[in-house]
Amino acid sequence: MPYVPHSPEEIREMLEVIGVNSVDDLFAEIPTELRPKSFDLPKGNSEMAVLEKMEKIASRNTTNLTSFLGAGFYDHFIPTAVDALISRSEFYTAYTPYQPEASQGTLQAIFEYQTAMARLMDLPYANASVYDGGTALYEATLMAVRKTKRRKIIVSEALNPIYRVMLDSYTTNLNLELITVPHNHGRTNIKSLTAIIDKDTAAVIVQNPNFFGSVNDFTDLFTTVHEHKAVAIMSTYPVLQSVLKTPGQMGADIAVAEGQSVGQPLSFGGPYLGIMACSKALVRQMPGRMAGRTEDGEGKTGYVLTLQAREQHIRRQKATSNICSNQALCALRTLIHLCLLGDEGMRRTAGLSIERAHYAADRLTSIDGVDLFTKGPFGNEFAVTLPVNAFEVIDKLTERGIIPGFPLGRYYEGIENGLLIACTEKTTEEQIGIFAEILRGAL
Amino acid sequence: MKTVFKKSVPGREGVWPEKPKSKLEDFIPTDLLRETSGMPSLSELDVVRHFTKLSMKNFGVDSNFYPLGSCTMKYNPKFTEQVAALPGFARLHPVISQLKGAGRHCQGALEVIHESEKMLSELTGMADFTMHPMAGAHGELTGVMIIAAYHKDKGNKKNKIICPDSAHGTNPASAAIAGYDVVSVESHDGIITPEALAEVLDDEVAAVMMTCPNTLGLFENHLPEIVKMIHEKDALLYYDGANMNAIMGKMRVGDAGFDVVHLNLHKTLATPHGGGGPGSGPVGVCEKLIPYLPISRVKKLEDGQYYLDYDAPKSIGYVAPFYGNFGVYLKAYAYMLRLGREGLIRATENAVLSANYMRVRLENDYEIPYNRICMHEFVASAVKQAKNGIRALDVAKALLDKGHHAPTIYFPLIVKECMMFEPTETESKETLDGFIDDMIEIAMLSDSDPDFIKNAPITLSVSRLDETKAARDMVITDDL
Repeated sequence: MPYVPHSPEEIREMLEVIGVNSVDDLFAEIPTELRPKSFDLPKGNSEMAVLEKMEKIASRNTTNLTSFLGAGFYDHFIPTAVDALISRSEFYTAYTPYQPEASQGTLQAIFEYQTAMARLMDLPYANASVYDGGTALYEATLMAVRKTKRRKIIVSEALNPIYRVMLDSYTTNLNLELITVPHNHGRTNIKSLTAIIDKDTAAVIVQNPNFFGSVNDFTDLFTTVHEHKAVAIMSTYPVLQSVLKTPGQMGADIAVAEGQSVGQPLSFGGPYLGIMACSKALVRQMPGRMAGRTEDGEGKTGYVLTLQAREQHIRRQKATSNICSNQALCALRTLIHLCLLGDEGMRRTAGLSIERAHYAADRLTSIDGVDLFTKGPFGNEFAVTLPVNAFEVIDKLTERGIIPGFPLGRYYEGIENGLLIACTEKTTEEQIGIFAEILRGAL
Repeated sequence: MKTVFKKSVPGREGVWPEKPKSKLEDFIPTDLLRETSGMPSLSELDVVRHFTKLSMKNFGVDSNFYPLGSCTMKYNPKFTEQVAALPGFARLHPVISQLKGAGRHCQGALEVIHESEKMLSELTGMADFTMHPMAGAHGELTGVMIIAAYHKDKGNKKNKIICPDSAHGTNPASAAIAGYDVVSVESHDGIITPEALAEVLDDEVAAVMMTCPNTLGLFENHLPEIVKMIHEKDALLYYDGANMNAIMGKMRVGDAGFDVVHLNLHKTLATPHGGGGPGSGPVGVCEKLIPYLPISRVKKLEDGQYYLDYDAPKSIGYVAPFYGNFGVYLKAYAYMLRLGREGLIRATENAVLSANYMRVRLENDYEIPYNRICMHEFVASAVKQAKNGIRALDVAKALLDKGHHAPTIYFPLIVKECMMFEPTETESKETLDGFIDDMIEIAMLSDSDPDFIKNAPITLSVSRLDETKAARDMVITDDL
């Protein structure tokens, strides 16, 4: 029997020590009426047979297309050493570090990850990660509600729509007022956002670069947020955060991000990680795990999980959140990835991605009827409008081996002709050239 | 050991991509840019050696016995790692599923989701499952949101959720985060009695959250009566699947009358816990709750093709950006295929066997507060050792010196000097015997040389750490 070592003889010895006759006797407390009505699962199989089956299933997914899909989730190169190091079983088969002396590897790594995130966001504190960028944003919103004891949340429509729908689900039963401020041709509408902030506002939520790829400065907006004693929340894209003006410089109180683009494979949506960093005033509202530096009896440096008084296993229903773990292994991937690339490598990754996106924008807008939708500066992602429906174009080009991007019409009524296009350092000029030619032919 | 940031040497080369041809300023105004990100400059070997050394300061299941109660730290087979890394899965962009007709590009992924949901439904006796929740506690929140949507839809005004005093802290926290008032019910002799429940169960109760076997490792003997009482109030019964490893093939929570269940795949179905995550916390529901499951759902057409269905007007909406932690439950799916029906039953039987064996062999040296047949875990107490000033924490630290991970300590909160052991089915009798011998030796040393125990651990990279200092000084980044 796979993975169960007890021999029949050992089982007999163990039953004797317990003082029962059979394994069935151990389950005597489960009354007959509660026994399974069926347990119709397939028979077990050899490792070889399961591997073959899984390879066959995997081959039914198409992964050989040239893709310009982004929408918040990007295909960046992951150095080989990331996988090699993460495969150390002392990391991936360990549990939450409840016994710090036996978990210094995980704890120091979390501490270093927190440091990396705090530096990237330019804010003093970061946690050990939450599930994903969307849950990070929702947790940030709840932090603001607890801190201000107010109920009004102002959200920019240029915030990733995937996170906006998640925010809707999570706040349904919480008696919060969610106000969405429309985007302005793909630009975050800073003027409209500023105008509606008032004394009832708990938080203002914006994204940089926003969903349409445009790069912003929210400094003035955040000044107004602070004048009204509300909380400024900014969702970011960690790869570009290595080169862009920081949440800290702009005055954000909380920065959140989807960490997928730093070291995680796309893997059809997960596992990813939600990055969270915040100001000093909010640190005790932050959910999830945090590792802190301390000393042992001899003065030797060590690390422990800290500020646990905020957490569910101590505070139960009064905890800052119900989250009782973090994406430790994903966070470690992110940390290792950032260390391997370093400041220069991250800047080059960001620079190349931005350069390729601008090259793509030039090539594509040279086609008749294709216009740039994203106004102002943009990073590695931008939107164009096509003379026809984007869904149809995507369908047609996919048949030719290219996924040209994401249809804006899926989330934004009125821009059914809009196509959101992302490039990374993996995108080549040649691929962009082929894309442009095929698109020209298809229109 | 120095942090990776302190090892940084300006100018040292890591894994750099090629240099861009243009300057950032050509595309983005200077006032929207930053100077440096503060990431370290290191060689590839610097990084490899740093993290290899860190890994050597960790206990994992592959290196150490991990009898951490309620956490089910069983062995995770290696082949599932290879499954999750297959390019056909790892390189699949999630947004591909949202393009027109793009179901055709992710048929394999959709099959995994659909089949996983079907198998988990059969495993638990639930009508349907969703793979969306990204961790066990996330599954709890999803489950409670489904309960709320159900009552709202029916026009029921219910604002309370009942959690036993022995419940995992996540239960009351999830209920509160979803907007409910939490009411506690006391356990008697380790389990919930109909009398105790009746005292708190009124018409305002939306649900009762239970773990069975509970966190003391005991079966809830009054379950059939409790189920009836709860349903008579039109309340729902929630099953915390943390202890599912104890009952596979022996009881299905759906047949027993539970309405909502979450599973922790890293526990029952052996996906590595990763030092804290990622997890996966699928949620199963009974028939009447299917309309409230999160968006989207995988459906199968008559021709065998799979598609994603976003049309669910009563759904609680989106709890995850896509379809949960796909890379995690892929491993659980492969694990289920490998073990099959008999293997899953055998896993449960041997988990329960190991726990009872360990319980009986420790009963002379440690207090066992509920010393009867247990399920896959049991609770012991260090009260016998307390006369020499030895606490559960000290026993735990002494075990680390012996090369074992410690049991869960000080949980459940209702037992003094609590130590909760869960050996799991994958540990051999030699390992169990070696651990038991070490436990007995620690009990003897607690009498003969208590200071030795109080000073443990002495064999690890650090000795006991000052947690109070960590909370007071709050140094949580290298720059503070």
